[in-house]
Amino acid sequence: MQQLDGQITRPNDKRKMRRSTRVSIALLGIIIVAAIIGPELSNWQPEDIDWEAMEQGPSLAHPFGTDLVGRDLFVRTMIGARTSITIAFIATLASLIIGVPWGAFAGYLGGRVDQVMMRIVDVLYGLPFILLVILLVVLFGRNPYLLFAALGAIFWLDLARIVRGQTLSIRQALFIEASRSLGAHTGQIVWRHIIPNVTGPIIVYATLTLPSVILAESFISFLGLGVQEPNTSWGVLIADGTATIESSPWMLIFPGILLVTTLWCCNTLGDRLSDHRDDIQRSPFDL
Amino acid sequence: MKPKISSRYLLARFAFMLVTLLTIITLVFGLVRLAPGGPFDGERRLPPDIEANLRAAYHLDEPIYQQYARYMGGLLQGDLGPSFRQKDFDVNELISAGLPISAGLGFAALLTALLIGVGIGIAAGFHQGTFADRLIMAANNLNIALPTIVVAPLMVLVFSVLLRWFPAGGSDSIWHFILPTIALALPYSAAIARLTRAGIIATKLEPHVKAAMAKGLSQSRLISRHILPMALLPVVSFLGPAAATLLTGSVVVEQVFDLPGIGRYFVQGALNRDYTLVMGVVVVYSAAIVTFNFIVDLAYAGLDPRIRLSH
Repeated sequence: MQQLDGQITRPNDKRKMRRSTRVSIALLGIIIVAAIIGPELSNWQPEDIDWEAMEQGPSLAHPFGTDLVGRDLFVRTMIGARTSITIAFIATLASLIIGVPWGAFAGYLGGRVDQVMMRIVDVLYGLPFILLVILLVVLFGRNPYLLFAALGAIFWLDLARIVRGQTLSIRQALFIEASRSLGAHTGQIVWRHIIPNVTGPIIVYATLTLPSVILAESFISFLGLGVQEPNTSWGVLIADGTATIESSPWMLIFPGILLVTTLWCCNTLGDRLSDHRDDIQRSPFDL
Repeated sequence: MKPKISSRYLLARFAFMLVTLLTIITLVFGLVRLAPGGPFDGERRLPPDIEANLRAAYHLDEPIYQQYARYMGGLLQGDLGPSFRQKDFDVNELISAGLPISAGLGFAALLTALLIGVGIGIAAGFHQGTFADRLIMAANNLNIALPTIVVAPLMVLVFSVLLRWFPAGGSDSIWHFILPTIALALPYSAAIARLTRAGIIATKLEPHVKAAMAKGLSQSRLISRHILPMALLPVVSFLGPAAATLLTGSVVVEQVFDLPGIGRYFVQGALNRDYTLVMGVVVVYSAAIVTFNFIVDLAYAGLDPRIRLSH
């Protein structure tokens, strides 16, 4: 469907797309840098209480305002950015660690093994995963590492399908046959020859996984089931802002803007990357 | 003429649905039993004999396979078991209290999303480059970049607090459901509009449409009989996974707009560690999703004359 849109809009939109790519890279860069150094530059610590300024709107001393107990929202939003982005990276990594070998082995081995492995993916695909993550959190306590792992365990499914598809297209290639005839065993072929040749789609998909993870994490934290006080994330801040929306809307608006911007940038980048990949797709291995 | 959907395919698809459901239930059951600490570990330590009595009352003293059999047996009769926290209620009562609200909200949102999405999609697909067309391109990323957790509270702020057009929360009248329905439907209508537009643009060029046009069919008949059924296929297959995320989205919407649906019970149950309640909600949601996917698959075959489902 994306290709359909692309075909029709691409010729005259090329310059525009490049601009949106540049804008998203710049914005993401700013957000990440701000998340890293912002809290260090500020006069406030995330748990500091400004007794003179409780629940106050944006001002010079507190550019994003303060929350109900007088904590600086700029610093807290940046700390929240750290949490949300770190979770996104770790969970994406987890999904790569599960999904890539799964798809590569299924595609390479083929036959029965492939059928069983992909059927498992199909069955898991039908599960309401966010609810299962919440169930896990309920059962095993609100451990952030568990949250990472559980989120990673959701997002590997798409990745496994994509990697399998790509593997199918290169498994008959001559260089793979050659290494097989030289006596390389399955693990070696998958690790040394297949995975390096499917990194393009993997990277594209990983870029699209990042915003999905951020979204899922903020969703769970919004419900009060994810990241817990005193630590914070965008979901937690947005939940606090929602509770006080009538008296102090800035508590919702600033973290909301940051979340929306980040999601939009990641998504735009992922889309552009996959457009770009479609252009150069005709790989030498398509026999 | 052969039937469109062979009974063998139907059976295989149905079996797959049951396997998925069984997997979910077993997984959920297993997870709950693996959890550290019993359901009665509260702030206050219970005297051992009372705890033993409680465990016996909830059949937690039986071996695990027997508990599993008991739970499955109960499920077959539509019994989700007692709530571990709300002593006077069983899970069935809690869920059936919330179900009408959640189901109504979900269906209304899906319908709204379809109406808005298909409407805009048609307008854009047939008039490329117009306002509707540009609107869709602009709303391209709406479904992922504007999450419900941001949009729903903002809607409360703008339409309830500032403009006072709609009540902010509760479920007393139909007015209370308008904002939640729109909040839930918005991201899906953007995706549906995009799919419809792409489908129409692709179908317009198909040979069968040209043939129908050459025969001199009227514009409206051409659109309704030859273009739309084909163009809407991607929308239909989108509805399956969409229903799943719609249900999770409704958890947030119910929270923000203070609607006493299943989602609220789910969050409450999760915060109180009410295992059986959470388990029951996951089972009910999963059953809804799996059934919906099954129906979507069959509808897909019904729409596309080229698809003949035999396995």
